[in-house]
Amino acid sequence: MTELERQQWDVVVVGAGGAGLRAAIEARERGARTAVICKSLFGKAHTVMAEGGIAASMGNVNSGDNWQVHFRDTMRGGKFLNQWRMAELHAKEAPDRVWELETWGALFDRTPEGKISQRNFGGHEYPRLAHVGDRTGLELIRTLQQKIVSLQQEDEREFGDHEARLKVFQECTVTRVLKDGDRVSGTFCYERETGRFFVLEAPAVVLATGGIGKSFKVTSNSWEYTGDGHALALLAGAPLLNMEFVQFHPTGMVWPPSVKGILVTESVRGDGGVLRNSEGKRFMFDYVPDVFKEKYAQSEEEGDRWYEDPDHNRRPPELLPRDEVARAINSEVKAGRGSPHGGVFLDVSTRMPAERIRRRLPSMYHQFKELADVDITAEAMEVGPTCHYVMGGIAVDSDTAAALDVPGLFAAGEVAGGMHGSNRLGGNSLSDLLVFGRRAGLHAAGYAASAGTLPVVDEAQIDAAAAEALRPFSAEDLAEGAPTENPYTLHQELQQTMNDLVGIIRRAPEMERALEKLAGLRERAERAGVEGHRQFNPGWHLSLDLRNMLLVSECIARAALERTESRGGHTREDCPVMERSWRPVNLLCRPVDEQDTASGRIDLVRKVTEPIRPDLLSLFEKEELVKYLADEELEE
Amino acid sequence: MSSYDARFRVWRGDTEGGALEDFRVEVNDGEVVLDIIHRIQATQAGDLAVRWNCKAGKCGSCSAEINGRPRLLCMTRMSVFGREETITVTPLRAFPVVRDLVTDVSFNYTKAREIPAFVPPEGVKPGEYRMQQVDVDRSQEFRKCIECFLCQDTCHVVRDHEENKTAFAGPRFLMRVAELDMHPLDAAAESGLDRRATAQEEHGLGLCNITKCCTEVCPEHIKITDNALIPLKERAVDRKYDPLVWLGNKIRRRDAT
Repeated sequence: MTELERQQWDVVVVGAGGAGLRAAIEARERGARTAVICKSLFGKAHTVMAEGGIAASMGNVNSGDNWQVHFRDTMRGGKFLNQWRMAELHAKEAPDRVWELETWGALFDRTPEGKISQRNFGGHEYPRLAHVGDRTGLELIRTLQQKIVSLQQEDEREFGDHEARLKVFQECTVTRVLKDGDRVSGTFCYERETGRFFVLEAPAVVLATGGIGKSFKVTSNSWEYTGDGHALALLAGAPLLNMEFVQFHPTGMVWPPSVKGILVTESVRGDGGVLRNSEGKRFMFDYVPDVFKEKYAQSEEEGDRWYEDPDHNRRPPELLPRDEVARAINSEVKAGRGSPHGGVFLDVSTRMPAERIRRRLPSMYHQFKELADVDITAEAMEVGPTCHYVMGGIAVDSDTAAALDVPGLFAAGEVAGGMHGSNRLGGNSLSDLLVFGRRAGLHAAGYAASAGTLPVVDEAQIDAAAAEALRPFSAEDLAEGAPTENPYTLHQELQQTMNDLVGIIRRAPEMERALEKLAGLRERAERAGVEGHRQFNPGWHLSLDLRNMLLVSECIARAALERTESRGGHTREDCPVMERSWRPVNLLCRPVDEQDTASGRIDLVRKVTEPIRPDLLSLFEKEELVKYLADEELEE
Repeated sequence: MSSYDARFRVWRGDTEGGALEDFRVEVNDGEVVLDIIHRIQATQAGDLAVRWNCKAGKCGSCSAEINGRPRLLCMTRMSVFGREETITVTPLRAFPVVRDLVTDVSFNYTKAREIPAFVPPEGVKPGEYRMQQVDVDRSQEFRKCIECFLCQDTCHVVRDHEENKTAFAGPRFLMRVAELDMHPLDAAAESGLDRRATAQEEHGLGLCNITKCCTEVCPEHIKITDNALIPLKERAVDRKYDPLVWLGNKIRRRDAT
């Protein structure tokens, strides 16, 4: 039996980004003693990197906006694959979630009337994104962080202990969700600073770990994004939904190589920036797909007029949803019309006065100046697609954020699937974090309060988790003569494999090759070895993350091979058409059995989605629905 | 594209002590110091401890000292150094070492808890907050802070004076007081809390002698001294005479060393 520290909590939240912190605030305010556990320091989560804004139909800039319009835009952006009830709740609740941030001290940019300003973004019919320059994510994380501190100050006044009812375990990592029978019983964790293990016993666990981008070579994602929550859920027996949908943001930096992938915010285009190829042509006009033909400008003149007079003109095609823009850039580069470093040109310098650029896009100005020696007020940026977001994720109940099949397990934010369908609109992520973070916290607290007899933590699971986590220190013994593997090398090979073979444009033979490579990497990862001791050891940490990245990558490749159509963030060169017959089909990745999942066997199951509620369908014109819905859905 | 081998000296050790260790490591065009630290990790020292997250200057995790100067590893380009130069990377000096380049920054989280939170105005419902841009500009500047704690590290009130840490919140958290004090709708005063007085009496504002070291290292270019600390001192002065305010108006900048 492994001797280690144990603590009892009502709710454990894994992850301290927007969703995790919002969940923790809600759970604590509903009376649950809540622990937050996060890989990084408190306040550093990937949410800080969000730039553009929070989508919410407050109607502050265009009073025509309302939740129905936001819902429609979200469904169109996701090519109707969205879990429609989530899209509905999201559109309805987002304004309240933004306004509540102001009562916690957030300071958004203002309209002349003193309301929260809202900006244009791809796929949103009206100016909808509440923002703070181009550092909205920082404002969000800091506001939530400071709200948590204020709750801790309350506890200090009441109990003399800041952490009586809400504690943040920073720089700690969960390696397993523990279970009592079917139910959640807690988490197995390790503290980076000391390398020691501990267990948080809790009837309810909220996974809010974000995305998977670190499995790809060119990515806008931070260190933390190794698919931890996805893997934890799968290993605990909860299925993942539609993992083939990975968003490649159209505009990442392409030069110099060391910054390749770093995000260039969509606000650049929302505020008037345009995309040009090496011939100086605004090529996006050639890439408006049929389903969006009526909604986008046909000429540069009309597109330019839209910024001043959106009621009588259509928006420029630079503001199409991200999947469309990313594919267009990819095609231009492939056709030999790219920029010197393999991207295209994104230009604001000829569109706005320098002073306005510096005020509206301060971080971008700073980022290009300091990292690429480019002055964006004087010259164009070079940009290209970068792995940015995973639409797929843990399958959840729309209303409660509860994971399927595992009572006590909840998921919110990027790690949860469904909300964004096959492609997420910019700005819908921060609102997703707040809306479903709150719902996850609410329902986790409710579940914990009514859980009855507390689940019992199984000693055998603790021993197994400890042995699994320590394996990299004894790789030499396990390898039985075979060489031990460097985890950094394995990670680089994994990133190259996913980038090259399961990237923005996919082909069946390549994905089959990716699955073979992943199997080889998985076998080699068993022998990943580390030097040194357990205290703050990055090599060890990476070895543990590799299990998660490999598992999630296999889900992506398997699901991408299975879905023989192109839709949103999943583009098949060998199946280029969006097939209406695939509209009602979800792909679920399930573990074959708990013992074997680590060795990489996943079952893919097709599941027919629940029909879209008639009153929501009636928000669309019939002519539009026939482009998306399957024949049998249209008959009903 | 050109590559060369750079000479690096990286501090390695833990609470028990440590020393600078030499590395020869490849450098490519456009790289930043964090790229080089990562290359050392991947090829020569797999357990070299360093904090980092976003590698884009947005999260403030990878703070360390490069040739003695507090900086973000991810925003320091190799091109600012000569190819022959030996580049020395050490952990933040004002905080206790955990391992290698990682320090225990819990001081900052303790201080954050000592600053009373935003007080929402009574009777103003969510959605009814009205503020003019010109009135939120000042506090917004301070909210650009990425909490890299470089200002906390460089501030000589605590850098070599452990004994001041109890009484002094440091530039980052004095700036937080200023931010809340300048928030157009903060209702602290109505609730009986005098933020300016507490800055002086509880958070050690008087210890600051406005040498602007914090402003110089801020990667977000926030004018911490001019826009937050001096105005806070001026606001506090109504209650307590502070000779430094007078002095601050006379001295533009004083050498930190």
